[in-house]
Amino acid sequence: MEYFTLFMGAVIVNNFVLTRFLGLCIFFGVSKSLDASIGMGMAVASILTASSALAWAAYNFVLVPFDLKFLTLPVFVILIAGFVQFLEIVIKRFAPALYNMWGIYLVLIATNCVVLGVPLINVESNFSFIKSVVNAFGSGVGFALAIILMASLREKLQYADVPKSLQGLGIAFIIAGMLALSFLGFSGMIPM
Amino acid sequence: MNYWAIFKKGLFEQNPIFRLALSLCPALAVTSNVFSALGMGMAVMFVITTNNVVVSIVRRWVNQKVRVPVFITIIATIVTLTQLVLEAFVPVLYKELGIYLALIVVFAIILARAEVFAMKNGVVPSFFDGLGMGAGFALAMLAVGTVREVFGTGAFLGMQVLPVSYDGPLILILAPGAFMVIGLMIGMFNVIGEYQNKQAEEKRKLAQLTMQRGEA
Repeated sequence: MEYFTLFMGAVIVNNFVLTRFLGLCIFFGVSKSLDASIGMGMAVASILTASSALAWAAYNFVLVPFDLKFLTLPVFVILIAGFVQFLEIVIKRFAPALYNMWGIYLVLIATNCVVLGVPLINVESNFSFIKSVVNAFGSGVGFALAIILMASLREKLQYADVPKSLQGLGIAFIIAGMLALSFLGFSGMIPM
Repeated sequence: MNYWAIFKKGLFEQNPIFRLALSLCPALAVTSNVFSALGMGMAVMFVITTNNVVVSIVRRWVNQKVRVPVFITIIATIVTLTQLVLEAFVPVLYKELGIYLALIVVFAIILARAEVFAMKNGVVPSFFDGLGMGAGFALAMLAVGTVREVFGTGAFLGMQVLPVSYDGPLILILAPGAFMVIGLMIGMFNVIGEYQNKQAEEKRKLAQLTMQRGEA
């Protein structure tokens, strides 16, 4: 039950895009088409889960025992970027079909705020291994949910008559604001 | 080279937030009050300037193929330094910025300036480029923070500026307000940019006309 609460909290109540503002570059960049958003959402959710597990291990087995906590940031950055690069090479070699579908998104998220932010938050909150993974997976699913919703809205928006100066990014921000407003309704549902 | 021109382009023409739409996360996350918005702006300005200088110094010895990991390591080091200094001397700000301070590492704008400018230019122009881009970022943060704090709570930097009876819309300091304020500001910047383009166009036409008359 505790894990379920944590998961749902990460998906809706503390949605990373809409209430904590992480991963916005991708959120606004990729949400122009629905297909791309689905691919991106999946890629972020899986990378996030894997890299959080990796970062947890690095923090608790290397950084804490050797008293190197001040190096957390550089170590995480290099670890995650390296891991994503490694994954890209492996997928390219062994699953070219998958690579053609997702490869481009992998490169984009190698250094992204949400992929770095969630492991840092896990470490700061002193989560256990399972909790870290559940939280990361929930955050990834939350990201996917937000970007898919946003892409559906923006595809509809193409038929709308938007003032010239707000076209493109301006209206996208305002729509995201409304989306955030509706997500605000969930706050307080799960006491954190 | 004209240093003022290098500095100036980051302020408006290529403003990181409103024109290039890079590094958006902090622009929304820490702008609910002016104090943390300005603190974040200053921190980013410091990191981007220092990084530009360091990159332009070491660029001759860095192999092209590994330049991105090298840059990221340099940035992570500078950000860690900033974190430690802020934690020691301005703990209030450190607490307020929280995780977003650490996330300066992955700001696209910092890596982009290193790639686009500092990799190809000397130390002094790179310094001014970083300073200009950082100042543009800080100004944008200040603008968003001011709008949200003044109209959301009626205060500026914690001091009451609007009448006490002013009952601001709370939404401005909550998450949705951040998105909407930035959306409208981007729209405003587009209007100003268009107006300037139009004026430049008219000036060009006028110059052409006078030249033609001179020939005739």
